[in-house]
Amino acid sequence: MKYLPIIWSNLGRKKIRTVLTLLSIAVAFILFGYLAAIEEALGQGVSIAGADRLIVRHKVSLIQLLPVSYHARIAQIDGVDRVGHSTWFGGIYQEPRNFFAQIAVEPDEFLALFPEFKLPAEQLENWQRTRTGAVVGKDTADRYGFKIGDRVPIQATIWQKKDGNEAWEFDIVGIYEGTKPGVDETQFLFRYDYFDEARLGGEGEVGWYTVKVGDPDRAEEIARQIDIQFANSPAETKAETEGAFVQGFAKQVGNIGAIMKAILSAVFFTILLVAGNTMAQTVRERVVEIGVLKSIGFTDTKILSLVLAESCLIALVGGGIGLSIALVLVSAGDPTGGGLPVFFFPTPKLIVGVGLALLLGLLTGFFPAVRAMRLQIAEALRRN
Amino acid sequence: MSENNSGTVSLRAVCKNFRRGSEEIQVLHTLDFEVQAGEFVALMGPSGSGKSTLLNLIGGLDRPSSGTVEVSGEPIDRLSDSRLAGWRARHIGFVFQFYNLMPTLSADRNIDLPLLLTPLSKAQRREHVSTALSVVGMEHRAKHYPRQLSGGEQQRIGIARAIVTDPSLLLCDEPTGDLDRKSGDDILELLSALNREQGKTIIMVTHDPHAAAKASRVIYLNKGQLSTEPEE
Repeated sequence: MKYLPIIWSNLGRKKIRTVLTLLSIAVAFILFGYLAAIEEALGQGVSIAGADRLIVRHKVSLIQLLPVSYHARIAQIDGVDRVGHSTWFGGIYQEPRNFFAQIAVEPDEFLALFPEFKLPAEQLENWQRTRTGAVVGKDTADRYGFKIGDRVPIQATIWQKKDGNEAWEFDIVGIYEGTKPGVDETQFLFRYDYFDEARLGGEGEVGWYTVKVGDPDRAEEIARQIDIQFANSPAETKAETEGAFVQGFAKQVGNIGAIMKAILSAVFFTILLVAGNTMAQTVRERVVEIGVLKSIGFTDTKILSLVLAESCLIALVGGGIGLSIALVLVSAGDPTGGGLPVFFFPTPKLIVGVGLALLLGLLTGFFPAVRAMRLQIAEALRRN
Repeated sequence: MSENNSGTVSLRAVCKNFRRGSEEIQVLHTLDFEVQAGEFVALMGPSGSGKSTLLNLIGGLDRPSSGTVEVSGEPIDRLSDSRLAGWRARHIGFVFQFYNLMPTLSADRNIDLPLLLTPLSKAQRREHVSTALSVVGMEHRAKHYPRQLSGGEQQRIGIARAIVTDPSLLLCDEPTGDLDRKSGDDILELLSALNREQGKTIIMVTHDPHAAAKASRVIYLNKGQLSTEPEE
């Protein structure tokens, strides 16, 4: 710590150069943070997907429906603890750009299957009493100013009502929040019984099932049993773990991880050259000073450490600024207006970011530090 | 190392060669040189005569091609690089022609640099810095940066940095070479006082006979060899 004033003061030697270097590093880390949030969002929270949950959908595609009668048959399979179903509504609130997921569910089942969705008990009771009741995530409620007691009209794009009307009305009876970061707080959940009775066509069918298994280690085996159960039926199923389902969904967009790594590699390589050049220049300009420090008694190792500490400090300050800005930008919410409902900066990625900054500092400082270490004192002092 | 030979310098049959391309240049020729503790020696000679090279060998900044260099009884040419660095920190103070202060550090932080290598606490370091500043009469400029100081003041800070660890030997490479006569005289007076009052052994390289006159002994270095008389 006693060397920190020396290291810190060196940053002020060429202020403009230092600021530009810090900015270039910061920009790289803003990009890193933002891409990390996008990757997480496109994965729709693979990391928070329940290891003990299976998703059972129609074998052909997610938009094909399954009979509601499957509920009881799935529940009878050994190892299955609980079953719930969901059906995509796909409506529009006021105008098409106001996107948020609307899903018909059974309230008790849904909340039991997804304990990460926190709904106060009195709001749940109210939902159970109100057939047209809907529960909305905090993000969507904040975004559109929904309050408990509001009546919200949603224009159907798939499900016309039996009376020919396409406008469905729901009463907001609750606002849920996630119990941990990454829980989707944008959903609009309403009762399946109301939906099923009122819709024109598709009665007795659901979009997909969520199955909770007692032993996560048996998840794949149970998924196979479910698929066997409905093999050769008019509605064959594809059961898989929730994590695999979410990943498969994300892969429809492309290999996001690979794309992100490619972009970041290019950016970081460029920053490596920029910051490395700055450090090399810094050491070149300070040959005499390094000679003086050595003449005073600073060992070669100490000089190496000082230069490395300086490059790490630059990288950590620049990286810290970038990651902080990324945190602020990401916490401002989904930039697509609903396309990325789970949009947050995951903590493990933040830790990776700090590690990357440190690595950047070590790499950019390595060659200049070795050069400084090897500098001959007499030779350095002759440069005066 | 005993206390009574602290600050002594003894060179035996020292040669120093440099290689320039395929050519081997002998800068110092089999030198024998003694300095007693508490002496103030001026080292004179024309440019390229090897004065700075000799000073570098005595200060452990460079190693002889052959021969031995003993300072305060310690054969420093046999020390490893890291032990030599530690030895310099404890026993030698360097004063440079162009002061060589860190431009980004204030005067007191420049003086503090050698103390960073010691186990002293922050408070103890501050006390040592304060003492060194008062010895060179620069207490009022402690928080000033080198760019805010005159040449003479910078050299005083340079001398404070050299004496802050209380070394027995000061090696000065043309300490007045970049100063006007008045400032140069002040610096020479300061060095004389350090020699006289604190018993520092001083070896000073200079071109200036006026500066050399302040020393108790003048040695001339011509074409890599020592003499007590200037070259005709």
